[in-house]
Amino acid sequence: MTEIRLPEMGLVVLVGVSGSGKSHFARRHFTPTQVVSSDRCRAMVSDDENDQSATGDAFELLHHIVRTRLRRGLLTVVDATNVQTGPRQQLLRIARECDVMSAAIVLDVPEAVATARNAARPDRDLPDHVVPRQRRELRRGLRSLQSREFKRSYVLNGVEEIDAATVVYEKAWNDKRELTGPFDLIGDVHGCRAELEELLGELGYGVERDAEGRAVGARHPEGRTAVFVGDLVDRGPDSPGVLRLVMGMVEAGTALCVSGNHEQKLVRALNGRKVKVAHGLAESLEQLAREPDEFRERARRFMDGLISHYVLDGGRLVVAHAGLKEEYHGRASGRVRSFALYGDTTGETDEYGLPVRYPWARDYRGEAMVVYGHTPVPDAEWVNNTICLDTGVVFGGKLTALRYPERRLVQTPAHEVWYEPTRPLGTGSRDRDRDLLRIEDVMDARGVETALMGRVAVREENALAALEVMSRFSVDPRWLVYLPPTMAPADASPLPDYLEHPAQAFAAYRDLGLTQVICEEKHMGSRAIAVVARDAATAEARFHMDDGTTGALFTRTGRSFFKDASRTDAVLARLRDAIGKAGLWEELGTDWLVLDCELLPWSAKAMDLIRTQYAATAAAARAALPAASTVLAQAHARGLDVADLRERTEQRAANAARFRDAFARYCWDVDGLGDLRIAPFQVLAAEGEALAATRGHDWHMAVAGRLAAADDSGLVRSTATRVVDLADPLSEAEATSWWEKLTADGGEGMVVKPLGPPPEDRKVQPGLKVRGREYLRIIYGPDYSDHLDRLRGRYLGRKRSLALREHALGLTALDRLVAGEPLWRVHQAVFAVLALESEPVDPRL
Amino acid sequence: MLLTISTTRAPATDLGFLLHKHPGKVQRFEQASGAAHVFYPEADETRCTAALLLEVDPVKLVRTRGKNSPDFALGQYVNDRPYAASSLLASAMAGVFRTAMRGRCDARPELPDVPLPLEITLPSLPCRGGPERAERYFAPLGWRVEAVSVPLDPAFPAWGDSRYVSLTLTGEVRLADALNQLYVLLPVLDEAKHYWIAPDEVDKLVRAGEGWLAAHPERSHIIRRYLANRRPLVRAALGRLADSDDAPEDALDHASLDEEPTPDTPAAPQPPTDAEGPATSQSPTDAETSATSQPPAAEEEPKGSLADRRIEAVLAALREQDARTVIDLGCGTGKLLAHLKRDRTFEKVTGVDVSYRAIEMMHRRGLPDDAADPRRSSGPRRPADSRVPAGSRGKGRVAVFQSALTYADRRFEGYDAAVLMEVVEHIDPPRLAAVENVVFGAARPASVVVTTPNAEYNVRYDGLADGAMRHPDHRFEWTRAEFAAWADRVAAEHGYRVRYVPVGDLDAEVGAPTQMAVFTRDPSDKPVPSKPEATTAPAPATPATPAASVTSTPSPETAVDATSPQTPTAAPDADGFEAREESAR
Repeated sequence: MTEIRLPEMGLVVLVGVSGSGKSHFARRHFTPTQVVSSDRCRAMVSDDENDQSATGDAFELLHHIVRTRLRRGLLTVVDATNVQTGPRQQLLRIARECDVMSAAIVLDVPEAVATARNAARPDRDLPDHVVPRQRRELRRGLRSLQSREFKRSYVLNGVEEIDAATVVYEKAWNDKRELTGPFDLIGDVHGCRAELEELLGELGYGVERDAEGRAVGARHPEGRTAVFVGDLVDRGPDSPGVLRLVMGMVEAGTALCVSGNHEQKLVRALNGRKVKVAHGLAESLEQLAREPDEFRERARRFMDGLISHYVLDGGRLVVAHAGLKEEYHGRASGRVRSFALYGDTTGETDEYGLPVRYPWARDYRGEAMVVYGHTPVPDAEWVNNTICLDTGVVFGGKLTALRYPERRLVQTPAHEVWYEPTRPLGTGSRDRDRDLLRIEDVMDARGVETALMGRVAVREENALAALEVMSRFSVDPRWLVYLPPTMAPADASPLPDYLEHPAQAFAAYRDLGLTQVICEEKHMGSRAIAVVARDAATAEARFHMDDGTTGALFTRTGRSFFKDASRTDAVLARLRDAIGKAGLWEELGTDWLVLDCELLPWSAKAMDLIRTQYAATAAAARAALPAASTVLAQAHARGLDVADLRERTEQRAANAARFRDAFARYCWDVDGLGDLRIAPFQVLAAEGEALAATRGHDWHMAVAGRLAAADDSGLVRSTATRVVDLADPLSEAEATSWWEKLTADGGEGMVVKPLGPPPEDRKVQPGLKVRGREYLRIIYGPDYSDHLDRLRGRYLGRKRSLALREHALGLTALDRLVAGEPLWRVHQAVFAVLALESEPVDPRL
Repeated sequence: MLLTISTTRAPATDLGFLLHKHPGKVQRFEQASGAAHVFYPEADETRCTAALLLEVDPVKLVRTRGKNSPDFALGQYVNDRPYAASSLLASAMAGVFRTAMRGRCDARPELPDVPLPLEITLPSLPCRGGPERAERYFAPLGWRVEAVSVPLDPAFPAWGDSRYVSLTLTGEVRLADALNQLYVLLPVLDEAKHYWIAPDEVDKLVRAGEGWLAAHPERSHIIRRYLANRRPLVRAALGRLADSDDAPEDALDHASLDEEPTPDTPAAPQPPTDAEGPATSQSPTDAETSATSQPPAAEEEPKGSLADRRIEAVLAALREQDARTVIDLGCGTGKLLAHLKRDRTFEKVTGVDVSYRAIEMMHRRGLPDDAADPRRSSGPRRPADSRVPAGSRGKGRVAVFQSALTYADRRFEGYDAAVLMEVVEHIDPPRLAAVENVVFGAARPASVVVTTPNAEYNVRYDGLADGAMRHPDHRFEWTRAEFAAWADRVAAEHGYRVRYVPVGDLDAEVGAPTQMAVFTRDPSDKPVPSKPEATTAPAPATPATPAASVTSTPSPETAVDATSPQTPTAAPDADGFEAREESAR
């Protein structure tokens, strides 16, 4: 009985003459979708699986399906005669393109059997010479098939052997997805045994020693597994000692190790191959020469057997010496190995014949964390969910370990400079472009996955509109970690003189089953997001900003609030001061905060708008209406009946004056910093915590109050609030009269936000605004109060849907930020908010 | 919304016959935007005044605008239309006084041809340019002009004057002429979009201007503004006009339009045109609606202008670099692209711009070979296609698509040369690094041509204030030394050599108006410059250009570690690898 061993993922080519039973064999051993049959493809393109004229198209289709499946990492079985070398080579080429393994299964049946089977099939009318010819071709190519084409092939002779064969699957060597850690990933050691022992100690491993006191193994009491990223040897003082320790750990199952290029080359040297002795190889050879033969042989076999990359923890972690781009994860081919060992010298050329340059980490967008070494860097830093742990211990740097899944770095400094670097460490600027964003990051039709709303789609036209604004006007994306969502108003009020009234907001939340809400005074200013880093070092470490900026202050469309950078710095300095005095750095265990604020006065940012729109309208009215009243008075004096017209004109004049008063109260001249006010109302995020999601609005308002109290510069302004018990009419009435007072002479109004846990099964608006009657003149025009009936019919559905989606996206951005995710992931969510903002929604809502 | 017309020619009440409105009545005429009322505050033998009062219904005004209005801004809800004498008033006038405007009066047939002593008041006339412009427009028509600015807000004197004037015109003018002049000049002075206009607007202008417009010293301004205000009309005609006339193109708010003032003729100060900024709708509390950049319409440049010479210089540089495939990054409306298209030695030509309107316009002009729906060619490659080799997509020789230079885009790759013509100065300095990485790091063509204004030359522009920039959207303008410092650094960091070419008339003291840098990718530069090879201790770098020190470009000798595969084929092939992995067990 033949046991056919196949890779779990890869290409399987069935070979055999017509009538050899390939389809039958395929049905027995594989699922229908795994099998791609040439007959079936012929039928699909011609409605006749025997139509030989369709063969060309059929194979084009077959190759397409095979390529697609293999690219997606699926086992794919090709059911075609494949008796000639040419068609087999085409399939092998596809497998190589997709970096997967391939195997052949040859079904060899006697000619008579095949002929009889073909004859029994009414739909098949093969000329007599076909089967003999196919057999001749098969025989002729069999040796090449076994020796040159497929490394793994099985020839099944006769019907019995074919029927008896069984199929078992083998996992790829690099597939260690079942190992879930926890791991301690250790960077390039390069013979620095003492530092390695020290680091293992630091990590909590107990080092085991032989009779001579040499480290021969290490074990963590909690069963952690060490993972070495390769380059154990060369340059350093004790490569044999490192090998002895690591070999012991690997053999004992307390460590994994991938091959580095230095192991690869040392093995070739030990195998007697001619290699150029350089880059510290001499040291290793010399040190190994002092070891006994058995040790040398053991080390040679160990290094020779190292796999070039591992996929761990269900696919969430990939380890390779020089890193690995996403398409190569879990694949096996020469170029995958080459990439894993040496980096991006892929040998591929583009259509112009130029080698493809592949800055893979910069472009990496995969979900798996990739951990590697190979290139000495001064500090281990994240680049798009990848990290290089080679911190040059042998050059006098340090030996670095990454704890997984904790994502914490543990380091041991070099005892000395063991090997003189030809260039000082860290002068290569590798992170210059680590935050490079790609157009696909923001123009992704699949949308953005959010915790609150699932996938939020972004239409292409909206993304294109946002692209223009983002690229021309927004602040640096590294600071642009959040954009505030829009907020919907409450339902229109049925009360005769009101368009908006608190009663509708309270009712909306009560209907959702909430028991408490908080009312926050709405400051009429401009929305401002403040990102405040404690110092420039934090800005650089946490936000990758190396231009000396220590924060940003931007508007709801991502533009810098002030053109003048020194003004921004001054505001940030005062905020930083207030945060410090309020003790928030320590309390929240953070060196940076993102604050959602309102910046006053309105005229600080909106002066152009006020000049061209609001004040202009008031000025036009002031010039026109009294003149109109005058001529109407003259006409009236002449006895003409203009009474209605006069009355309406007087009314308009009064409305225009109230309109003017409504916006003028939000305007004051800003000569300097002293005239600015900033009212924070939410602490969006701090290190490790997306506070916007984790804390209630009462907490946020309390912090805002502390900031205002702590600030002695007069910049930070507090916000009045009321907590309303929705079951208590008195509580509601009290808040309503508070709102009445707030808005009587033009106050903007309030925002009502839910307090307490939200109902699980229903979507809750993050807030509802209730704007004041006079204030609404600024929004709907001076005479809006004369048209309330028509305005009550306003449609809120779109605005509310938008508010929910933007809210979900904003929280997603914050979640990704605090989780330390790559810039592109944060930016994707932020960009989506801006894109949604370009959806056409009535801007008065 | 108020217009009064008075006459003192006895019998003054004849005004009623001329206007075909009885002085003893109050009449109401329904308008699309509200109601027009005509009444007479004065009516006796010596003096008679007719008043046209337009009551605008703001809600109705919004609704008449139609759903397809490109501008969905707050401005439509809070605006001056109910108060100001805009073209709403002009068209109400044209409806209510139609016969009078045609100069017909059956009751007093001789009157229309007689110049009358008239006094016209418009208490709230939007007049960009202030009283002085009202004077320039009305005085040549025989009016004594009394125009008083209306302050924006008496409580905020610092805000200055509004754009409104209270206007009184007195003079001896035929009534029909007076009405027609107002009809044309109200929207011209207002310069604001306010209603949809039928395509016969040109004919209307010709008719209303009969007898006075042709001789008006400001006629070209009047005609241009009258039509320019009709954005929908202009937009509809954009494609047709753009080929013959550069003017409409200049209305685009885009980066790489020609924007230099002509030396020695001050650029006419152009107030911002009506906002058609980015499509993001803004809430009323956001101050930014009006903050979108609105470059002034540049004056038309004569042939041989700096813009033309710049294009010539770029083309010459591309030919010198032997570039056959060219991508114009920030191509605007495609002026350079059109030249590249004409020259068949350029085998593939692609334009990229971040402005959707620019892309749309190029499609209208038929610039790309696959001119169809601009959106179709605009979608970036999806990640799923990442295995498809990058480079020339689309079958046509000329293609355009929308993208931004701050985002790496595979569609930028695979060209011999990239051009950034008058683009870098529109990028905020903190974002320049991203653009450098996208162009020189990721796209990495063999040649890059960059042009930008030479700030030193600005002193030669009389119309430009000291320290001012040539375009409101310019984030900076560089001196020659600053440009060289930037270009040298970029070249060094990315493995390019750079040379400099002045464009335009060379001034001995301040240089040429435009400066150009031509970057050539270092042939010895391995295409993987940012990635130190293998395990070498980072090798000392050899400068990629003599001009600057280099940190990131390893020299070919030291870059390749001896332990790395000698050639790609030295790596084991697929099956060899498989064998190795198996033997590893």
